[in-house]
Amino acid sequence: MMRPPLPDAAAPFVAFASLLRANGFAAAPEQTTAFLAAITLLGPRSLDHIRRAAHATLAPPPERREEFDALFDAHFLGAVELGRETAEADPANMRVQEDRPGGLEPPAFDDVNEAGQAATTAEALSLRRLGPADEIETLQRFQRALSQRLPQRRGYRRIAARRGPGLDLRRAMREALRNDGEIFRLPRLNRRPRQRPILLVIDVSGSMKARTDAHLRFAHALVRAADRIEVFTIGTRLTRVTRALQLRNRAQALATASGLVSDWDGGTRIGDALQAFLAVPRFAGSARGAVLLILSDGLERGDPKAMTDAVRRLAARAWHLSWLTPLAADPGYRPETAALKSILPYLDALADASSTERLCHHVLNLAQPRAA
Amino acid sequence: MVVRAKIAGIDSPEALAHALSSAFYLADDGLATAAYLALALGKPLLLEGAPGVGKTEAAKAFSGVLGRSLIRLQCYEGIDAAAALYEWNYPRQMLAIRQAGDKPVDIYRDEFLIERPMLQALRSPNSAVLLLDEIDRSDHEFEALLLEFLSDFTISIPERGTLAARERPVVILTSNRTRELHDALRRRCVYHFIGYPAPDREAQIIMLRASSVAEETARAVVAAVGRLRREPLTKPPGIAEAVDWAEAATVLAKGGASWPDAFKRSIGVAIKDEEDNIQIAPRLDAIITGAAA
Repeated sequence: MMRPPLPDAAAPFVAFASLLRANGFAAAPEQTTAFLAAITLLGPRSLDHIRRAAHATLAPPPERREEFDALFDAHFLGAVELGRETAEADPANMRVQEDRPGGLEPPAFDDVNEAGQAATTAEALSLRRLGPADEIETLQRFQRALSQRLPQRRGYRRIAARRGPGLDLRRAMREALRNDGEIFRLPRLNRRPRQRPILLVIDVSGSMKARTDAHLRFAHALVRAADRIEVFTIGTRLTRVTRALQLRNRAQALATASGLVSDWDGGTRIGDALQAFLAVPRFAGSARGAVLLILSDGLERGDPKAMTDAVRRLAARAWHLSWLTPLAADPGYRPETAALKSILPYLDALADASSTERLCHHVLNLAQPRAA
Repeated sequence: MVVRAKIAGIDSPEALAHALSSAFYLADDGLATAAYLALALGKPLLLEGAPGVGKTEAAKAFSGVLGRSLIRLQCYEGIDAAAALYEWNYPRQMLAIRQAGDKPVDIYRDEFLIERPMLQALRSPNSAVLLLDEIDRSDHEFEALLLEFLSDFTISIPERGTLAARERPVVILTSNRTRELHDALRRRCVYHFIGYPAPDREAQIIMLRASSVAEETARAVVAAVGRLRREPLTKPPGIAEAVDWAEAATVLAKGGASWPDAFKRSIGVAIKDEEDNIQIAPRLDAIITGAAA
C-alpha cells in the first residue's frame, strides 16, 4: 500500500521514536504509526496529550518511565540534562537495579551489526572476560548437554503422545472420517514436560573477585541454553542482568552485564540483597518451583539473621536450592561462619564452585535423583 | 489503520473518564487516554500493574460504558486453542459420521463448532468486550497463539480456513507482571501501567465503592495502606484490600469496638500473608496510630 509522504509536522514525532531506539527502548514501526495517529486523534491540545499518547503507544516499561520522560522533555521541551539514574529509596537501603541497557548495549535487533562499534568496544574488555580456551570448550560442551539434563516438571500443556491419560478426540475424529466412522486406535494426549525455571544469583563482592568473571561466563552459557532463567548479581546491591546476558555474542553480553553491575568487588550484604529480592513480588515469583543456584562464599558482613531468614523463605519457594562456594574445593571443607552454618538446614546441596568444570558438573547432575 | 474518533458517543479521553466515573470507576488521565486511544485506533489495550490496582475492574467498567457484555477469559499455564478459541463438538461429529452412512459428510460445519471466548468476541464485535485476564499466567505457546488474533483479529481454523472479524472487537489484556511479556505482544497493544492511585483519589475510590464508609475512615485507611506499601511485603495491599479494610473497620466500629482497635483488628483483610504479618507486627501499632491521627 502506498502512503503519501509524511507531512512536515510529523517529523519531530518520528524523530522522537528514533531517539528512543537509540537509547535502548524498543519502539517498533507500528508503534510509531500508532503514536502519530494518537496525536492526530487527541488534537493535540497540550504537550500533556502528546506525552500521554507517547506513554500509551510507545509503551515504556514502568521501571524506565522516568528515563523515558527525561528523553521526552529533552526532545520536545529542549531540557538539557538527562537524568539517567533514578534514585529510588528502597526500604532496606538496598538498591534494586533493573536491567537497562548501558552505553554498550546494541539495539535489540543488532545481530547483523556484530562487527560494528559495539563489538570493538567490547573487544577491549574481552581479554580478561572471555576466559581461557579450555574453559570455553567446557562451556560449549555444557551448553550442548544442558537441554537434555535440566530438571523438569510435568507441564499443564497437553500434546499428542503414544500413551497418556487424555484422549485426543480431534485426531480421533479425523481418523474416523477416513475409516467410515470407525475408530481403531485411540490417539492419546499427555502432559508435556517443562523445564523448571532457573534462578541464578551471583555474588560479585570483593571476596569472590577471583571467580566473578568466570561465573558471569558460566551464567551466559546457562542463559543461552536454558529456557526460563533469571540471573541476578548481589554485592552491596541487587542487579538483574538477565536481559544483558541474552545477547548471543559472549563478549557483548559480558560487557553489557558488567556495565550494569555497579558494585563490583565491594562489600557483601547477602542477607539484605536477598531480602530486597524477596521484596519485589515480580522477582520473588520467579523463585517459585525454581532451581535456585547461589554462587557465593557466604561471607556475610551484615546481620546473619537477615541472611538466614531470606534463605529460609527462598528455600520454601524453590524446588531446589544449591549453595555453590569456591571454598568447598578442599575436601575437608566445613562451613565455619555463623551465617553459613545457620542456613545449612535449608540447602539441598552445598557444593564446590572453585572451577567452571565443577560448576557445570553440578548443574548437569541436578536432575538426577538425589542421594538419600 | 482504521481510526474511529467517536465510539458509543465518546469522542475524547475526557468524555471517557466522565463516562467511567458514572460507572463507579475513577480513571486517571493516563488510563483514560490509553483506553480512548485503544478504542479509536482499534487496538487491544494492555493494562499492567500490581495485583489489586483495579485492572479487571477497569475492563468491567469499559464494558458497562460501551453497553456491551464482558467476555472474560482467565489465563493459566497450558491454556490452549480448545479453551480460548474454539472446539469441535466431537459427539455430534461422531453421530453425523455414523448417520451419514455412505454419503459424504462435512463434519466441520458451523453447527459442530463450539465458540470459546475469543471466537465469540470475533463473531460479535459490536456487542462484546473481550477480557484476557492475567495473561502473564499463560505460557509462551499461548502468547504466540494470541499474536494472530491481536494484530488482524482473525482466527485460523485448519479445517475451515481463516475467520475474520467484521469489525475490530474491543480487547483488553491484563498482566500482573509476574513475568515479562513478549515484545511482539506488547507492541500490538496500546499500553498503560496502572500504579497505586494518589491518596486523594484512593479515598474517593473507597467512598465510591463502599458507601457506608465515612470520609475520615477512608483517609485513615489510605494513609495506613500507603505506609504498608512502602514496607517490603510479599503481598502489598491493593485498592481492593483498602476498600475491604475500610468496610471491615466500619462494621467493627458500628458493632461497638473502639476506633483504633476496630482498625487494627481488621488488618486481616489488608495483609493476607503470614510472613508479611510477622514482618509488619512490630511496627503495626505505629503505622495505625500514625494513620488514624
